[in-house]
Amino acid sequence: MPKLTIDGKEIEVAPGTNLIEAARALGIEVPHYCYHPGLSVAGQCRLCMVDIEKAPRPTIACNTVASDGMVVSTQTERVLETRKSIMEFHLINHPLDCPVCDQAGECWLQIYYMKHGLYDPRMVDEKVHKPKAVPLGPHVILDAERCILCSRCVRFCDEVTATGELGIFDRGDRSEIGLFPGRELENKYSGNVVDICPVGALTDRDFRFQVRVWYLDAAKSICPGCARGCNIEVHVNRRRPHHAQGRRVARLKPRFNAAVNKWWICDDGRYGFGFVDDPSRLRSPLRREGGQPLPVAWDEAIAGVAGALTRHPPAEIGVIASPKMANEDLFALRRVLERRGAAQVAFVVPPRVPGDEDKLLIRADKNPNTRGAELIGLGGDTAAILAAARARRLSCLWIFDHDLLDAGWPEAETRAALGAVETLIWSGPNANATSALARWVLPAAAWVEREGTFTNFEGRVQRFRTAVDPLGEALPDWEILGRVLTALGEPTPAARAEHWFRELARSVPAFAGMTYQSIGDTGQMVGTTREAARA
Amino acid sequence: MTGERILTRNFHRADAHTLAAYRETGGYTAWEKAQTMEPTAITEEVKKSNLRGLGGAGFPTGMKWSFIPKNHAGPVYLVINADEAEPGTFKDRYLLEREPHAVIEGMLIAARAIRSSVGFVYIRGEYVEPWRRFSAAVREASEAGYLGGGFDVVVHRGAGAYICGEETGLISSLEGRKGWPKLKPPFPAIKGAFGAPTIVNNVETICHLPHIINRGAGWFASLGTKTQGGTRMYSVSGRVKRPGVYEASVALTLRQLIYDLAGGVTGNGRLKAVVPGGSSAAILRADEIDVTLDVDGLKNAGTMAGSAGVIVMDETVSIPEALMVVARFYAHESCGQCTPCRECTGWIYKITERIVEGRGRKEDLDTVLDVARRGVGTTICAFYDGAVGPYISYIEKFRDEFEALVTK
Repeated sequence: MPKLTIDGKEIEVAPGTNLIEAARALGIEVPHYCYHPGLSVAGQCRLCMVDIEKAPRPTIACNTVASDGMVVSTQTERVLETRKSIMEFHLINHPLDCPVCDQAGECWLQIYYMKHGLYDPRMVDEKVHKPKAVPLGPHVILDAERCILCSRCVRFCDEVTATGELGIFDRGDRSEIGLFPGRELENKYSGNVVDICPVGALTDRDFRFQVRVWYLDAAKSICPGCARGCNIEVHVNRRRPHHAQGRRVARLKPRFNAAVNKWWICDDGRYGFGFVDDPSRLRSPLRREGGQPLPVAWDEAIAGVAGALTRHPPAEIGVIASPKMANEDLFALRRVLERRGAAQVAFVVPPRVPGDEDKLLIRADKNPNTRGAELIGLGGDTAAILAAARARRLSCLWIFDHDLLDAGWPEAETRAALGAVETLIWSGPNANATSALARWVLPAAAWVEREGTFTNFEGRVQRFRTAVDPLGEALPDWEILGRVLTALGEPTPAARAEHWFRELARSVPAFAGMTYQSIGDTGQMVGTTREAARA
Repeated sequence: MTGERILTRNFHRADAHTLAAYRETGGYTAWEKAQTMEPTAITEEVKKSNLRGLGGAGFPTGMKWSFIPKNHAGPVYLVINADEAEPGTFKDRYLLEREPHAVIEGMLIAARAIRSSVGFVYIRGEYVEPWRRFSAAVREASEAGYLGGGFDVVVHRGAGAYICGEETGLISSLEGRKGWPKLKPPFPAIKGAFGAPTIVNNVETICHLPHIINRGAGWFASLGTKTQGGTRMYSVSGRVKRPGVYEASVALTLRQLIYDLAGGVTGNGRLKAVVPGGSSAAILRADEIDVTLDVDGLKNAGTMAGSAGVIVMDETVSIPEALMVVARFYAHESCGQCTPCRECTGWIYKITERIVEGRGRKEDLDTVLDVARRGVGTTICAFYDGAVGPYISYIEKFRDEFEALVTK
């Protein structure tokens, strides 16, 4: 373990650690553009210069491995002067289109100019002109003039996705990034090049010009797009609701988690939040009479659902839960079922189209909480429940967030099953063909509108937090289920999802000992606490 | 005065490029001898000879070889840098065209010293005739059994980029990538072409080896100065009566080269300035030419021997215009990888062009000097440091000419 000194502070780092990371571990920022911990070292931007004792001139920190006894200074006059010069060189040909550039507020040219530049510009000649607003693929647009040729995007496509769409063409100050002939930037992770672009060269076609970043709020969350559970930030537009046609979720960004997704998320996940503000969202509980949906108050809907659960014999009640529901919801549901003694519950519904999978992040299971549903014990045979319904052995069926008519089953058979039950209850955020047949429709809050936890395919329990308020009268599933439980005579004090998680940790051995605090921002594996080991 | 010609001794023969002619003059006897020597003995001999790299950097050749890891398992590559593209430099093409077997024999000797079984010759793409001649010689040497019995030569043509003559840029290009220089460390001797230990030697450097082996390190060292042995080839161009390639000791002075060998100054006959080592060498004024042309002699004079491309300017030459031309070249050829080089070569070219066009401002001169100095030593390769040689020296040594333009 090499021990070195940076700006007078001693630190021991893992062998192979470069000086940027070693300094970072001490809370010392070495400015850089081309270096990214998830990519190979390029050493091109030349900004991360530091002074190393006895070296004749400043050295780039990204390509210098910490060694024992090294004495590094990040703040000598020579380093500061070099940095300032390099900043000037970076900006020689960079257009001053900050007022219209959508990277404003997140541009490292701006940030470093203020921190390390602050010189008077000496460049009076015409800048080099390059292509502007060139679509590279379905999600990314290029402004070549703003590019500082850090090559992060090129290395990402070479090294992370191994798709190699991008290259740097021409030479000298005419150099520009671009697509190889006949190629498009359409790999499944293309949006990440926007995240790693330190300037406004690569912007997101979905997000650009929607809202300025300083109007955004961020909430730590988990992508619900598949069983991986990538850590994300949900950026929401609460302070400028008139922007972006009132779209509340502005964008999703990956949040670093070394154990799950590192720095990346896939495009399906990144752009998969459209359902949150989609017109299909259910805004209030509905009661359907003679085919007509009638908005009703929550009290009436809860009473109706609880009444149905009481009226129908437990043996005739079937429940199809969803692996899109949070652990808290699933546990509250388990309590409802236990209260009524209903035993026919399942959650696995085969998708109409099989999910794709790759070696990087994407999982074939497009549900965020299959593992959680298994551990909470809601596994069962969905097909058998539908068959029972078709055979009129079920009189009440409660479906959570599935469109069974758009699943991997013959539609006519499913329709027959749904038509055969006396009381069909449906819960979920968005209306679909199945909800259209339900007698009671309960609008559930989308995942960004509430908090909770998902358990990913590896058994990592991860928290997601509230980013926006529920739309209309929608409520989190755990709250709907809690109200139903109260109506069934078991009052619950739950005002927060955390209550249900505590209950879950008390009841299900895999979760024993876990708390929201212990899960933290990076998650916790099931069965890893002392309590779980004992259980 | 100029002593024995070694590399160019057969240049007068029309058939010098053939195997028959090469053998007639003792060709491949050094290789016979080298085969009886231990590899380390060859390296020691080359070290003692004071042979220094003649492509531009002037690094001691034997020492470079000794950086190859001992007992390395796996391939070791020898790469010959024949990407001759420095303006003012045109010596290697003569060796490739007229003495291609000397290149091959030198490669055989070097390969034995560094235990390499494959040698790549990276020839500048524009050098069509040298490529033809050299390729034909490789065929002859293969048929005669010099190649193919433990050492093979692969001829690779560049696609026309100056930076592909830079050691690691050349390796990138050879590997099939964009000709971008690589970060060091690792150095090529540790991790070079295709990840293997690699030695990159210049054409002229390699051609000296047969003579060192045949006639001994002491003889070779005695031809030059204390720190550099042998002769070298000078390409002389510009305002001289007899432009061309001259071979002479590295102890020759620049004045001797211009007046005694190249016949003196043409144009208005009055010498104004000389660039002694290819376009990236700092310029010398007419009163600074009594310097020896060895690596250290020119270094002490504040310039460099470089590739020994000597560009002569008479008094009718406009130094600002000359700088603009050089600046245009470096702006055109910067690979674009590192920010200071990519941005400043272009910027400085724009400034020099503006000055020459009469739109210069007084502060421009100091801006160029300041930018040039700030960029030195901040990049991956030596390209920008090379470009800075002319930027600074042309303005410092001929500032009055620039000032006359910017005060107009």
